[in-house]
Amino acid sequence: MEQLVCKNLKLGYENITLAEDLSFSVEKGDYLCIVGENGAGKSTLMRTILRLQKPLAGTIEYNDDLTASKIGYLPQQTVVQKDFPASVYEVVLSGCQNSLGFNIFYSKEAKKRAHDNMERLGISDLAKWSYRDLSGGQQQRVLLARALCATEKMLLLDEPVSGLDPMVTLEMYDLIDKLNDEGITIIMISHDIACSVKYAKHVLHIGNNFFFGTVDDYKTSAAGAKYLEGGHHHH
Amino acid sequence: MTTRHQLPARSIWREVITIINTLISYFSYPFVRYALIVGVLIALCSSLLGVILVLKRFSYIGDGLSHVAFGAMAIAAVVGLTDRMILTLPITIVCAILLLWTGQNTKIKGDAAIAMISVGALAVGYLLMNLFPTSSNISGDVCTTLFGSMKILTLTKSEVILSIVLSVVVVILFVAFYNRFFAVTFDESFAKAVGTKTNLLNLLIATIIAVIIVLAMNLVGSLLVSALVIFPALSAMRVFKSFRSVTICAAVISVVCALIGIIVSILMDTPVGSTIVITDIAAFLVCTIIGKIKG
Repeated sequence: MEQLVCKNLKLGYENITLAEDLSFSVEKGDYLCIVGENGAGKSTLMRTILRLQKPLAGTIEYNDDLTASKIGYLPQQTVVQKDFPASVYEVVLSGCQNSLGFNIFYSKEAKKRAHDNMERLGISDLAKWSYRDLSGGQQQRVLLARALCATEKMLLLDEPVSGLDPMVTLEMYDLIDKLNDEGITIIMISHDIACSVKYAKHVLHIGNNFFFGTVDDYKTSAAGAKYLEGGHHHH
Repeated sequence: MTTRHQLPARSIWREVITIINTLISYFSYPFVRYALIVGVLIALCSSLLGVILVLKRFSYIGDGLSHVAFGAMAIAAVVGLTDRMILTLPITIVCAILLLWTGQNTKIKGDAAIAMISVGALAVGYLLMNLFPTSSNISGDVCTTLFGSMKILTLTKSEVILSIVLSVVVVILFVAFYNRFFAVTFDESFAKAVGTKTNLLNLLIATIIAVIIVLAMNLVGSLLVSALVIFPALSAMRVFKSFRSVTICAAVISVVCALIGIIVSILMDTPVGSTIVITDIAAFLVCTIIGKIKG
C-alpha cells in the first residue's frame, strides 16, 4: 500500500526555489533514503512532508490514516537542547503529546507507551538521567524513542547519525533497520551515502541529478554512480 | 561565670522578641498583609514562567517588555488613571505578541525590534513624566517606577484584587498547559510535526509573560523585573536535572526569597525590590556552589 504519494512538488521559500518537479511515492514498510548535495532541499522536503511548511506547488497525498499527528519525527538537535534540564523519561513521554487531546496530564497508556519504547531502545536504565548529560548516541536513542511514541507507522529521520562516532553510527543504523523490520516505514536524510545504500530499499536523489528508484537501480544510474564514487573518495 | 554567659543570651532573646513584635505590629496593617500575599503570588508566577523563558531563550523579550511597561505606566500616570494596570496590561500584552512575531520571522530583526521598542518606551516614559508631572517629586516617581517602592509596596484595593486574580489564573494556566509548554520549549519542530498548536502556545506564553511583568513591576520596579523572572530558574537549573524538579525548585526558591526580601525590607527599612533581588542573587550563589559539589 502506498502511504505517501508526492506529485510534482516544488519546494523552497518565497523567492528561492530549491527543488522542482519532485514525484515519488513511499510504500508501507519501505526504507527510503533521501540524498543530495547541501542546499538541495532535503530538509525542506522533510519539513514539507511533515506539514511544517507548504509546498510552492504540487500535492502530497497521505494514505493509511497518516494524519498530521501520526508521523514520527527525529529532527536535528537544536542549540536549546544542549543544556536543557529534562529527564530522559520526560523527553520520551513528550512524544505522546498528540494523544493528550483535551487532557491536562498523560494517560496511563501514554506512560506505558513511553516505558515500552525506552525498553525497546535499551534506555530504560537511563530514565531518570538528565538528557544533557547523555552521549550523542544515547541522546539520539532518546529522541528515537520519543518519535516512536508518536507513531507506529512512519518515521522521518533528519541525519540521525551526524556527529556520532563510527561504532555508535553502526549501532544506530542497526537499530533503525530493526525498526523497519518491525514494519515501520523509514524515510531518512543521510550524508553517509555508502551506509545508506546498504540498508535502504529505495533512494531519492535530489539536486543537480534527480533519481528515484530501488537501491540496485541507483547504483547503476548516472546520479548514483557519480555520487557513490565521490563518497568512496572520502573514506 | 554563669551570669556572664547569660547576659548576651538574654539580650539576643530580647532582640528577637523586639523583631517579632515589630513584625506583628506591621502585620496588623492590612496593606502590609496584602503586600506579602501579592508579593508571594507574583514571585510564584514569575518563577514558573521564568523557567520557560530562560529555556526558550526568550529572556531578552522579558527585559524589553519591562521597559514597555514603564512607558505604559507613564502614560497611565499622565492620563490620570488611579488603576494604572488597566492601561499598562493591554499595552504590554500587545507588545509581547508583536515582539514574538517579529522574533520568529528573523532572529536579527527581532533583536533590533526589541532594542528599539524598549529604549523608545523608556525615553517616551521619562519625557512624559517630566512634561506632565503628577507630583512635585518627579525623580522620586521615576525612581519608584524603575526600582519599585522605596518601602513596602502600596497598592489600591482593586489592584490587590486584580493581582491576586491574575496570579491565580497564571498558576492554573501553567499547570493546565504544563506538558504542552514543556513539549514546545524542548522541541518546537517536533511538537509542530505531531500536530501540537505551537503558535497558539507561544501566543499564550507571551501573553502570560506580559501579565507577569506588569504585576511584578509593582513589586520590584521595571528595571528589576527580569531578575525576578530569571534568577530562580537559573538557580534551580544549577542543582536539578529534570524539568519538573527545576520548575518546583524555582517556585520554592522564588517564594522563599520574596518572603525573606519583604520581611527584611520591613525590618531594615530598605527598598523592597532590590532587597528581594539581592536575596535571589544569594540563592543563586548557594545553588551554584551546591551544583558544583554535586558535580
